[in-house]
Amino acid sequence: MLICWPRRQVTLSVEKPVFNSIVPLVESLAHTRIRDCYQCGKCTAGCPMGASMAIPPSQVIRLLQLDRAEAALRAQSIWQCVSCQTCATRCPKSVDCAGVMDALRQISEERGLATAEQRRVVLFQKAFLRNIRRNGRLNEVELIAEFKISTFLFGRSLPFLFKDATLAPELMKRKKFHLVGEKTRDRAVVARIFARCVDDSLL
Amino acid sequence: MNLAYYPGCALHGSSNDYEQSLRVCLDALGVELKEIDDWICCGATAAHSLNQKLSVALPARNLALAERDGFKEMLAPCPMCSMQLLKARKALAEDAALRRGISEAVELEVRGETEVLNLIQVFEAIGLDRLKAAVKVPVESLHAACYYGCLLTRPASVVKFDDSEQPRSMEKILAALGGKTVDWNFRTECCGAGMTMASDQTVLDLSHKILSNAAAHGANCLVVACPMCHVNLDMKQPDIERHYDVQHKMPIYYLSDVVGLALGFNPEDLGVDRHFVRKA
Repeated sequence: MLICWPRRQVTLSVEKPVFNSIVPLVESLAHTRIRDCYQCGKCTAGCPMGASMAIPPSQVIRLLQLDRAEAALRAQSIWQCVSCQTCATRCPKSVDCAGVMDALRQISEERGLATAEQRRVVLFQKAFLRNIRRNGRLNEVELIAEFKISTFLFGRSLPFLFKDATLAPELMKRKKFHLVGEKTRDRAVVARIFARCVDDSLL
Repeated sequence: MNLAYYPGCALHGSSNDYEQSLRVCLDALGVELKEIDDWICCGATAAHSLNQKLSVALPARNLALAERDGFKEMLAPCPMCSMQLLKARKALAEDAALRRGISEAVELEVRGETEVLNLIQVFEAIGLDRLKAAVKVPVESLHAACYYGCLLTRPASVVKFDDSEQPRSMEKILAALGGKTVDWNFRTECCGAGMTMASDQTVLDLSHKILSNAAAHGANCLVVACPMCHVNLDMKQPDIERHYDVQHKMPIYYLSDVVGLALGFNPEDLGVDRHFVRKA
């Protein structure tokens, strides 16, 4: 007699991926090998943001190993990562977990999966690079203004737009506020370096 | 000692108090700093997050400028800059094809041979004995929590400085200056670093933990060697106190502030009076 086991669906690696695998792309961006991770959890244990992450670093890596690209790209934790490098430094298998987080943020943003609030990190980084491309050196006032405007255009959050405004007089009092920032003399070479490295559409 | 000096954007921006104090100290200790002519930004987190090639090219241009002007050693007091410079230097040293490609991209030949030093290493090179001999006012009242943060010791394979879990180099300098240091748990934890603008809450949470742990272990100040750590722990401290309804009142000194005070300079000479949190 055949005993019929209650049927239960187990979803592990058998889940049909909605996205094509992003593992090769992540590996090439982060110069690391996802398959090397043996899930010891040391990255998660040392992560300063780990306690508040729904999907901590070791599980993000596991999702990639299981080819669950969308779940990894939509994880809030990739935006909580502060790039402190603790995970990468402690990994016994030399997986550059912080680099993987960088790569996932980049891909998530490019594919339009990031929310307005999540995108702030990337919008800040893009405003930062545009600033360098123009000036050669960072102009803090210009950067903050540009970042605030670009986040406002995406998120429409008025409180966020004005949140740091009170800081300006405090910085001015301490001679830490430079309305006119420094610039390098040879800004043309900076622009050429950018043109050789970065696709215009990125920034 | 004659060093190329790469200030980086922070030290010429809102962290100009850091530049003020390190210049005063190093000048008094006979270290001559030559600012790298027409240096450019290292690209920081933004470049290494968004574009690999750019994150090598920007620091490489600065390495090439230092090499062109014949410098063997360069001081980069901001750990973000020094990590970026060291990372580029390592990549260039290991890969001849990359060296050629990047030299072309930055329009200068770059070999990646210039040594990149952080501020702690410069004090070590001066020598703890010499430092000790130069002390005029031992900083006896300090019970300092030396805070290393992330990038002074990480990634260890890139920066190759001190121990990434239990660094001690700042404690040794403090001891030479006659100060006391405390043992505590958050010496290499992250303050939130580059999230200052994008995610304020992260900075408040992480920096609050750091300040609380230092106080719990009997520290009466923190000593840092990073402009970003200083911004998050000092400038943001009033916000942290408001958010958590606590009183930290923890002065945050740059390492060069403490060296300068021990050498007999006034807080005003060093820019300590321009910090947000003042000594009680």
